[in-house]
Amino acid sequence: MQVDKVLPQSQQIVADVLHLATQKGATQAEASLTKVQGIAVSTRLREVENVEFTQDNTLGISVYVGKHKGSASTADLSQEALSLAVEKAIHIAKYTNEDECSGLADEALIATEFPDLELYHPIALDTQQGMDLALETENAALSADSRITNSDGATFNGNIGASVYGNTHGINAGQASSRYSLSCMVIASEGKDMQRDYAYSVNRCFNDLNSPKNIGEEAAESVVSRLGARKIGTQECPVLFSKEIASSLFGHLVSAISGGALYRRSTFLLDHLNKPLFPEWLTIQERPRIKRALASSNFDHEGVATQDMDIVQDGILKHYLYTSYSARKLGVQTNGHAGGIHNWLISHSGHSDKDMLAELGTGLFVTELMGQGVNTVTGDYSRGAAGFWVENGVIQYPVHEVTIAGNLKQMFANIIAIGKEKELRGAVQTGSILLSSMRVAGD
Amino acid sequence: MSNPVEADLLGSNGLDQSSCHKAIDQIMSHDVDFADLYFQSSQHESWVLEDGIIKEGSFNLEKGVGVRAISGEKTGFAYSDDITLEALLRASQAARNIAPSNGSQNCSTFHSNAITHRYGTQNPLSSLKDEEKISLLRATDKYIREQEPSATQVAVSLSGVYEHVLVAASDGTFATDIRPLVRLNCSVLLEQDGRRERGSAGAGGRHGFDFFLLEEDGLLRYQQLAEDALHMARVNMQAIDSPAGTMPVVLGSGWPGVLLHEAVGHGLEGDFNRKGSSTFSGRIGERVAAKGVTVVDDGTMDNRRGSLNVDDEGTPTAYNVLIEDGILKGYMQDKHNAHLMGVQPTGNGRRESYAHLPMPRMTNTYMLGGEYSPEEIIATVEKGIYAPNFAGGQVDITSGKFVFSSAEAYLIENGNVTTPVKGATLIGNGPDVMQQISMIGNDMKLDRGVGVCGKDGQSVPVGVGQPTLKIDALTVGGTA
Repeated sequence: MQVDKVLPQSQQIVADVLHLATQKGATQAEASLTKVQGIAVSTRLREVENVEFTQDNTLGISVYVGKHKGSASTADLSQEALSLAVEKAIHIAKYTNEDECSGLADEALIATEFPDLELYHPIALDTQQGMDLALETENAALSADSRITNSDGATFNGNIGASVYGNTHGINAGQASSRYSLSCMVIASEGKDMQRDYAYSVNRCFNDLNSPKNIGEEAAESVVSRLGARKIGTQECPVLFSKEIASSLFGHLVSAISGGALYRRSTFLLDHLNKPLFPEWLTIQERPRIKRALASSNFDHEGVATQDMDIVQDGILKHYLYTSYSARKLGVQTNGHAGGIHNWLISHSGHSDKDMLAELGTGLFVTELMGQGVNTVTGDYSRGAAGFWVENGVIQYPVHEVTIAGNLKQMFANIIAIGKEKELRGAVQTGSILLSSMRVAGD
Repeated sequence: MSNPVEADLLGSNGLDQSSCHKAIDQIMSHDVDFADLYFQSSQHESWVLEDGIIKEGSFNLEKGVGVRAISGEKTGFAYSDDITLEALLRASQAARNIAPSNGSQNCSTFHSNAITHRYGTQNPLSSLKDEEKISLLRATDKYIREQEPSATQVAVSLSGVYEHVLVAASDGTFATDIRPLVRLNCSVLLEQDGRRERGSAGAGGRHGFDFFLLEEDGLLRYQQLAEDALHMARVNMQAIDSPAGTMPVVLGSGWPGVLLHEAVGHGLEGDFNRKGSSTFSGRIGERVAAKGVTVVDDGTMDNRRGSLNVDDEGTPTAYNVLIEDGILKGYMQDKHNAHLMGVQPTGNGRRESYAHLPMPRMTNTYMLGGEYSPEEIIATVEKGIYAPNFAGGQVDITSGKFVFSSAEAYLIENGNVTTPVKGATLIGNGPDVMQQISMIGNDMKLDRGVGVCGKDGQSVPVGVGQPTLKIDALTVGGTA
């Protein structure tokens, strides 16, 4: 994909679609067009397994006829399909009710500056290179330990994309981006015990991916460490979330403080603005314009300019996360969270990973979570877990087939330490998290 | 062309069967064992009611063709959302590069087998007028608010999909299918003394939207769903903390069959077993569940959400016995894995869309009924949990560990269902838990048609079902 050609073409399609919508009777309209092209190459047991060429196009349009909304999308970008999508959206708006809160985001909030966030680092997508990387990664894992007896394979993904957002306030902005990943999942066995685990690297720059050797060895080390896992007794004990899974706790926070959950009154964090939620030393900074970061963007899904925000300051919740619709429902102004969050940086308590184990003392170190047992309405939390039993800061043996349970509000207040070595592969950058106590169910 | 799917996917794009032949022959000029083309078009419509108004509606259009070439254990895959001869040949050239260019085979002559129709061919999007769809949403909202005037939030959504698929393969397979699918969901939020609880319910299948206006247990179906959502919210309003630890668990009939989907279903998919990565690998003929336990995967049930006339490789779906009286009988297969394992495909080759590779997947997976009434089963438990409703689950097919989360549950005390308890995650090991099934109810039923199964990032609609079951020991992840 030649992004420098695709972007202006996409902008033209978006402009045409908006024009058509206006002609057909829309008083406001917004459209987005995303094109992604890539390869996915996987190996298994040192042989190439799959080579996939991907190419995805999606155009989405929302129209407002007065305060009536209609939406449509199409993966077919022919003139005929684009016209049909616009007509369908207009047609639907005849049946939706008038909704005072609907409409585009306020014009004054729309992004006008588009600094280069360095999200686009193209390389020639070469399947042979992808195969070599996947083979090298898997080989590193398979060679690392004789207990690694099987493999789910290694995969290299390379994607480049061009996305455009436009609305009838006048914004029509494009963003090119790239994303590369290399991952590996292997299986270890000993007697009747069989375990699998994985490791991965993801980056906007191909050259900044972790090396195949490191990824393979990390997968190998993880899977072997799980062999011989056992259940532990049902008890109350401190729980340490590894940095790889710790971001999920803040993911639940995102759901609970989103405007949609608030106006629906379906969150346990109603009426919590400017109230303490976390220990005093904890802050959450949102920094949407970090160069090369995975969740960076100049504007949200409604074209609203993103801005630096301290979501949690000194443990106190300072901002809810609004879209223009949820903001109007709640009588406030949107703060650019249509489509989600942008790079959350979680503060730490100065502890290294080793210190975190020492702080845990005797308790459960959780490295894997299973299932969806989180209720955002009540904050009740109950999930499957696997990890290690730790005594006096030293790992004793692997643990599996247990659950950990509590209530998120209490869990947030119970955070006693966050590690300084951070997970950087997602929208939430956090270290490992230590909770003073949770209910563990096992034997 | 008299076949409407062929006319839509080939004819209207200037293609015909000979274009498919040409593309497949082009792939077979490389040393591939098998190649197929998967053409698809779909229309999806959804409507949302919230705060008493019709808030949103959307319409989505998708079409494209996926091209696959298989050589030994290797697969090459490319697709295009542009259905033209040029795009088809371009995708074929990309996919065939999985194998060197010294092929000697040709595409077999296409043959279409008569298929048994498990569902109608009417487009559900036009099964009701738009005004009638709106009325259905409003009637559901009105019903809930009449039953519970103090409800804080009521949300109702209606969605329908109409899909055409066409499969042409080098083995001569030429199959088409028309797939309708509808779904209605409602949720209600209640508030009482500062406590808030939500209840939800949904139903659907391969029907028109009029399905929701039919009678079920003395009420119209949408009213029944509204009652169920209200019931769940009211029960949860009274719920105390769930116990923690290992104890007897009685699972209700129907949707709790998600247990089977997670505990054994995924582990019996052919790809994992070919690769030896499943806890059930190499165990055909062995006892993997308690005596009396028979589990089937059945894609042939009329109008069910997980049913298909043919799978996404053109193989007719079937009634496949996975476990019979506790003994492992067979795996679910697509063509690729069946070929490599030297068995026949079972009609379980499924894919999310033309842009995804097919894999062995479940259709409707359920356990056959036994001899006990639900009351008899509950009466045997001194202290445990009764769980008639669940949210989703997840499994690690290698270790066999699986979880599923209850959405409505009660304590059982001295043989009686007593106080509601909060939702909790249940965790176990598939083969162990299947051995712990000690009583099987006589009330087998399927879920209402809302299941979505995810695997390798691909979602497909599925059904689950079971009778009331007693599991002697299962770990319950409560807080009490």
